[in-house]
Amino acid sequence: MNPTLPVGADYVRILPEIVLSIFGMAIMVLDPLVDEKKSQQLLGGLGLIGTLAGLVSTWIMAQSPGFAFWNMVQVDGFSVFFHVLVIAIALVLILTSYEYMAVQQLRAGEYYGLILFGLVGMCLMSSAVELVLIFISLEISSISTYILAGFRRRSATSSESSLKYFLLGSFATAFFLYGVAMMFGATGSTNIDAISAALNSGKVPLLAYVAMALMFVGLGFKVAAAPFHIWTPDVYEGAPAPVVGFMSTAPKAAAFAVLLRIIFEANAPGRFWLIWLSAVLSMTLGNVAALVQDNVKRLLAYSSIAHAGYILVAFAAKPELGAPAVMFYTAAYAAMNVGAFAVVSHLANENERYVTLENYAGLGRSSPILAGTLTIFLISLIGIPITGGFFAKFYVFSAALQSNLVWLTIIGVINSAIGAYYYLKIIVVMYMREAREEVPVLPIPLALRAALALTLAATVYLGVVPGRMLTFVQQSAQQLLQAEHTSAREQVGNAAVPRATQ
Amino acid sequence: MVPITTLHYLVVAAALFVLGVIGVLTRRNVVIVLMSIELILNAVNLNLVAFSRLWGLHGQVFAIFVITDAAAEAAVGLGILIAFFRNKETVNVDEVDLLKW
Repeated sequence: MNPTLPVGADYVRILPEIVLSIFGMAIMVLDPLVDEKKSQQLLGGLGLIGTLAGLVSTWIMAQSPGFAFWNMVQVDGFSVFFHVLVIAIALVLILTSYEYMAVQQLRAGEYYGLILFGLVGMCLMSSAVELVLIFISLEISSISTYILAGFRRRSATSSESSLKYFLLGSFATAFFLYGVAMMFGATGSTNIDAISAALNSGKVPLLAYVAMALMFVGLGFKVAAAPFHIWTPDVYEGAPAPVVGFMSTAPKAAAFAVLLRIIFEANAPGRFWLIWLSAVLSMTLGNVAALVQDNVKRLLAYSSIAHAGYILVAFAAKPELGAPAVMFYTAAYAAMNVGAFAVVSHLANENERYVTLENYAGLGRSSPILAGTLTIFLISLIGIPITGGFFAKFYVFSAALQSNLVWLTIIGVINSAIGAYYYLKIIVVMYMREAREEVPVLPIPLALRAALALTLAATVYLGVVPGRMLTFVQQSAQQLLQAEHTSAREQVGNAAVPRATQ
Repeated sequence: MVPITTLHYLVVAAALFVLGVIGVLTRRNVVIVLMSIELILNAVNLNLVAFSRLWGLHGQVFAIFVITDAAAEAAVGLGILIAFFRNKETVNVDEVDLLKW
């Protein structure tokens, strides 16, 4: 069909993915060769270098924006943003995991390899503009996270969480795929630009609505939006704590990137009520259920459902306002949630023994540093000023208000108020309640210090000087929204050729 | 004799899809749940190939990718199931109950 071979620029545009794959494979190959005691430092260090190399190669990739591999991959400000975001999350995860893996006595090898492979999928999700590639990268990222969720192999809860995640996840992927097949049938293409051109020219076939709904089921599962959220609390409770911090942010951010592309760039039909309902349900169910939790991981799982709801509010808004709000929110949420889970995984200790709210009593006295950092993350999750969470919520709700979504905004604000209760509850327990049983707090190792400092800095940075970030997300959102007009026509021209030869 | 149109394929695919969903929701054994998911994926393949009659080869290529992915998913799924079985000695979905649903 297309006799030309990929050129050098094509490879530059997927350079981060190539680099991360190479590091991932190197870790897998080295794993059986190195001594078990050394493997932790060596392979973890290699993973860390891998993510740093990934960041550098993202910078190189950003220098040559454009399409690659016959319009399968698009490099623009939007994909660069999500590349940097997910790689940074993984970097913090690796820093957190160092100590965690040693305390839990887990073998390190595949763990760091799987993180990097999952990262490849998530990076590719953010730059893919072709449903086939989106599906493949979604699966790369999901399959890695299924395994990571069950990494505490000897623990019954961990393998149970992995099994649940896998069964429901592949069920949801099957729905997504069915939707993709329908979309292909309705528009005759799997390229998002061509789909957008087909949907915007004249009557939208009924099939496209069905396709959109089915695809939303699949992606709604990945971002843990109600009513596809049932798996979230169970999986988050059982999975290793650092992994939960990772999978509640990075795959979610990537799935939101895909949703942005599908919903805004392709101007999906019939999306409004779908998203409206899902946003309201996620916010309300997440916040109300979180009120009664006494396991901190489970509480944060429900909170993550609620936050997915807030992000969906922005999806219901006008594209030019909603898209930057979504991007800002995913970044702010990533910083605070990964940080919070870093603290949780440090306190969890051997076999994740100390993860209930009761265990956090008296933490303000026994470890002021940990209690202080966790407090800042929780304040940010509530959305109090000088933290990233405040501006994230502010932009989302102002985008919704400017799009005349008054009821959605009211429901959102009420929900933020409900949410404040259970976050404050943790803070109150930490500072005002006496510990009933002695909870040992291990000394904080250097890597974890670095992880906490990074997330804390990001949270405060986004809360104090959000301007630079905001202009960046606005610019890249604009690129995303303009892309449809410039490239759609040339896409249709290309797509017409093979069709004529049939 | 009615000629077989694209619509016929779509109806068969939709039937397979529904059977798969019912299987996932009602079966107790995890292995059968996995098979039901495969059934849905095959419904997708049938759809893609049927739509290929209208729109060109894209759909058939996509179907090959779906088959590959189904294999990867089955491998990982059975691995996870074995890890689970070692801990709990069961393959029934309703006994996956340590974490409250």
